[in-house]
Amino acid sequence: MARIDLDNIRHAYAPNPTQESDYALRRVNHAFEDGGAYALLGPSGCGKTSMLNIISGLVAPTEGRVLFNGEDVTQRSTEKRNIAQVFQFPVVYDSMTVRENLAFPLRNRGVKNAEIRKRVDEVIDVVGLGALASRRARGLTADEKQKISLGRGLVRPDVSAILFDEPLTVVDPHMKWQLRASLREVHRRTATTMIYVTHDQTEALTFASKVVVMYDGLIVQVGTPAELFDKPSHTFVGYFIGSPGMNIVPASLNGASMQIGAHVVPLASAPRVDGQRKLEFGVRPEFVRLGAQGIPATISRVEDAGRYRVAHLNMDGNAIAALLREGEEVPASPHITFDPIGVHLYADSWRVDVAGAGAQ
Amino acid sequence: MKPVNHRAWFLVAPMLVLVAFTAVIPLMTVVNYSVQYVATNAQFHWVGDLWFREVLHSEKFWNALWRNLVFSGFILAIEIPLGVLIALNMPRKGWGVPVCLVLMALPLLVPWYVVGMIWQMFGRVDIGLMGVMLRDLGYNYEGDPIDAWFTLILMDVWHWTSLVALLAYAGLVSIPDAYYQAARIDGASKWSVFRFIQLPKMARVLTIAVLLRFMDSFMIFTEPFAVIAGGDPVFLSTELKQTVELGQKAAMSLIYFLIILLFSWIFYTVMTRDDGEPQSPGGAS
Repeated sequence: MARIDLDNIRHAYAPNPTQESDYALRRVNHAFEDGGAYALLGPSGCGKTSMLNIISGLVAPTEGRVLFNGEDVTQRSTEKRNIAQVFQFPVVYDSMTVRENLAFPLRNRGVKNAEIRKRVDEVIDVVGLGALASRRARGLTADEKQKISLGRGLVRPDVSAILFDEPLTVVDPHMKWQLRASLREVHRRTATTMIYVTHDQTEALTFASKVVVMYDGLIVQVGTPAELFDKPSHTFVGYFIGSPGMNIVPASLNGASMQIGAHVVPLASAPRVDGQRKLEFGVRPEFVRLGAQGIPATISRVEDAGRYRVAHLNMDGNAIAALLREGEEVPASPHITFDPIGVHLYADSWRVDVAGAGAQ
Repeated sequence: MKPVNHRAWFLVAPMLVLVAFTAVIPLMTVVNYSVQYVATNAQFHWVGDLWFREVLHSEKFWNALWRNLVFSGFILAIEIPLGVLIALNMPRKGWGVPVCLVLMALPLLVPWYVVGMIWQMFGRVDIGLMGVMLRDLGYNYEGDPIDAWFTLILMDVWHWTSLVALLAYAGLVSIPDAYYQAARIDGASKWSVFRFIQLPKMARVLTIAVLLRFMDSFMIFTEPFAVIAGGDPVFLSTELKQTVELGQKAAMSLIYFLIILLFSWIFYTVMTRDDGEPQSPGGAS
């Protein structure tokens, strides 16, 4: 078990990177606390897997240091880092049985037979492979093979951390819930540092106590699910987390109020923002109210998402989504107001802290 | 129940005719010869299993068969491990890949008889490069059956190891990187990586390699014929050529054919017995 620090990590796959866009990881500084359950969330190609492989030592970073418990391990091999990693697609040793597969990481490290048997039995229980334990891995389904991969990740009791790289991609939906619950249970019992890469927000939010959101080679926000929802520090976080995502509208600043087209949304105080930066106004659909007063808009459609409905509106050419409360009627000529606690200002996509954002 | 339309069989008919002419009819002709005595006046006389008994009681036949088996054994024991070893050491990317592939493929492009001629000259103790170099060690393939053996095996290894190497290489490059990464995570040794990842992934292509090399070496004819022109060692194929009686030739051919079929079946069954159920879809990509 270990605390993992990433110190100014930059990584480019091609040699001799010259410009910012050559980097898969542009600059990453982050500390994974010992015993934490983290999710790395971001779209495909944002650098999540690169970061995971740098932690496990499969990839050596172009610049920067990786520290385990304060010790520099950047030059240390994967084997010596003592890390477990589960990949997106199942990797099994075809010619071995399920049990032999699970015992393999222990056997390679010279663990005693009695101990191996005990650990393997435990893991078989956790991932639910009991009925298949003595079957050869070759003939199993993708689901079952991925369970073996997961099991091999969990079988060593003394690892620095367990890294999961979208481990449930090939697993059936109903089994996903079950396996994720098992992983959480293992984490609760063993308090091993776990880092779980995914592009699915539900998966990230249900697995982790801390979510690390990545976008375009950078960490854009680290926080609890609630923090990501309440104060998205980057427009990407606002847009990526939540369903539907945050409404983002170009705006300009006019003292202590925001100017959106011809309309004014007041702020609590006048933020100090460099006039050259691109300003945007962000509000989640949960904080958009429809009524008789406010900014006029037209309804383009109302979408029924089951437990709630979403009204898609057009406000001076900007698309705005609003969450309708249960039984709420859509007014004939709707006007929009924004709940002050949900109003955010973004400069060049990064959130500007406005003390107690604007009252209407 | 849907009515079955038997007219679909007509679509298979052209293929059946083709197979009949290429395989069934020639084979049955041989079967026909094997149970008859052909007199000089082109009269056929039924003799039953006479020719088969004659072949099976012939010491020359058993000696040749034994020699063939030993030869194939040597060929497989050398070419398969050597080919795998070469494949493991071939480059996986960069300019070395096409260079290696072309160099490896070159011997495969040389016709059998030409290979025989090349080695026949190469090994001559008066003018051949190898022959002259080894002359002082007492090497002479024309006089010494052991030296002839040595030459034939060396020639076959030169000619065909590439095939095994290329097949094994194809198996190796199809292994996704994730397998090697997982092995590093699991702390597997180099030997374990070979034993549990590379070898199982190569198993299918190696089955093909073993079958091809077995059949080919067991049927070897052209090269010994070119190198030693019917001298020692005598293989089944060269023995067959020296047999005079048509019926005996036919009987021997059939026995020869059945032996190859039997061994191929044994190899195939043994090498694929671990396969279990077919691979599930999805899997590593």
